[in-house]
Amino acid sequence: MARTLIAPVFGLILSVLLGTAMLAQDTPEVDRTATGGAQTLEDIMARQRGEPIDDAFRSGTTGDPDSAAGMANQLGTLGGSSDPDLWRAFRYGSADITTQARGPAANVLVQDGGMWWLTFREGPLNRYGAYLLGGTLVLLALFFLIRGRIRIDGEKTGQTITRFKPIERFAHWLMAGSFILLAITGLVSLFGRKVMIPLFGHESFSVLAIGSKWVHNNVSWAFMLGLTMVFFMWVLHNIPSRTDLKWIAQGGGIFKKGVHPPAGKFNAGQKLIFWAVILLGASISLTGLSLLFPFELPMFAKTFDVLNSTGLPQLLGFGELSTVLAPHQEMQYAQLWHAMVSLALMAIIFAHIYIGSVGMEGAYDAMGSGEVEEQWAREHHSLWVDSVKEKQTQAPANGTPAE
Amino acid sequence: MKAMLLAFALTVVIAVGAFYSLQEIGFSAEDQTSGADVRLDE
Repeated sequence: MARTLIAPVFGLILSVLLGTAMLAQDTPEVDRTATGGAQTLEDIMARQRGEPIDDAFRSGTTGDPDSAAGMANQLGTLGGSSDPDLWRAFRYGSADITTQARGPAANVLVQDGGMWWLTFREGPLNRYGAYLLGGTLVLLALFFLIRGRIRIDGEKTGQTITRFKPIERFAHWLMAGSFILLAITGLVSLFGRKVMIPLFGHESFSVLAIGSKWVHNNVSWAFMLGLTMVFFMWVLHNIPSRTDLKWIAQGGGIFKKGVHPPAGKFNAGQKLIFWAVILLGASISLTGLSLLFPFELPMFAKTFDVLNSTGLPQLLGFGELSTVLAPHQEMQYAQLWHAMVSLALMAIIFAHIYIGSVGMEGAYDAMGSGEVEEQWAREHHSLWVDSVKEKQTQAPANGTPAE
Repeated sequence: MKAMLLAFALTVVIAVGAFYSLQEIGFSAEDQTSGADVRLDE
């Protein structure tokens, strides 16, 4: 169910981001009579310029055994398919391949999505990923320099109020701790070749990469457990309400001293973080599972199919997205999407860590001891404090008196 | 603080447990990509 809901949304964003590679191939007709139907210099030049090419003239030329010369005749020994015909069939995935290897996708001998995936991963993905993370850190540093630490404005009461129960803090830290490990090891995997090998050399990086892979693959389960726990414990508190609009209208009070818009247990900013973590975390988990069990959980062809039926990719000018993907292409899309969504979530979490630690006085206590200064709670979650106080005053009246 | 440490400890337990469990049920890359005739344990 979750996959059905989440996949189309993220698939659309993916299609937008990866759009250039999936553009409808509106290519002009090329006269190939000079080469007897084979590719021309024009085709080669266009390919070298990175232009899309309609290669149906090659992909369909895989031999014709039915009209082949008899075995005993001249040129008949290959049964109507020449070696190039056979290799073209391999290359375009149309050959009827049987193999003794029993691994998944073992009958795919050639697939041509690899170079595009590699250049995208080592090019735009790395570059914009680094800009995103670096830019977020710079913005947070600037915000800290301009705004400074958000202090408790009123006088501290010395009284505390329980904000999060131990089980809530446990779930938060299960997810947070594993996310940090996954983020670090994920970055090692993504940027290792370009950044870390030049710094540490191949030998050292090899140890680091193998260790990172182990941690990344196995710690992922803790993240998924934490994510599930957090979702069920906090979802009701994170349903958007009208109060959120007021909170947003006043910028959450974080840009100006002395401004404290009312908020419930979670303010609009925290709700945004919550839903970002849940939705992006779920998407990362799904693609992560797909990567963890290679070829077992393909999801992109189906997602593209759902997207095509909505008409959105066509509306945005991407044409019909391909719904026939080789098993390796499924893995390539899963890897790219996993990395892109993870980078986005990392940037969001940078901001979350900032405001929950150095950025705001008293905020860390909520997840540290679970007890927050009452004045802090009144300033940032006034409606929640009121409801807690109301419950406390009602409790003795409803409770059973001690005997 | 106790909840945080407990969560970190469980993260380690889950990671080690996942590693051995997946090996045990035959989800290693070797197991997944070889037929029954391949003697992985020799």
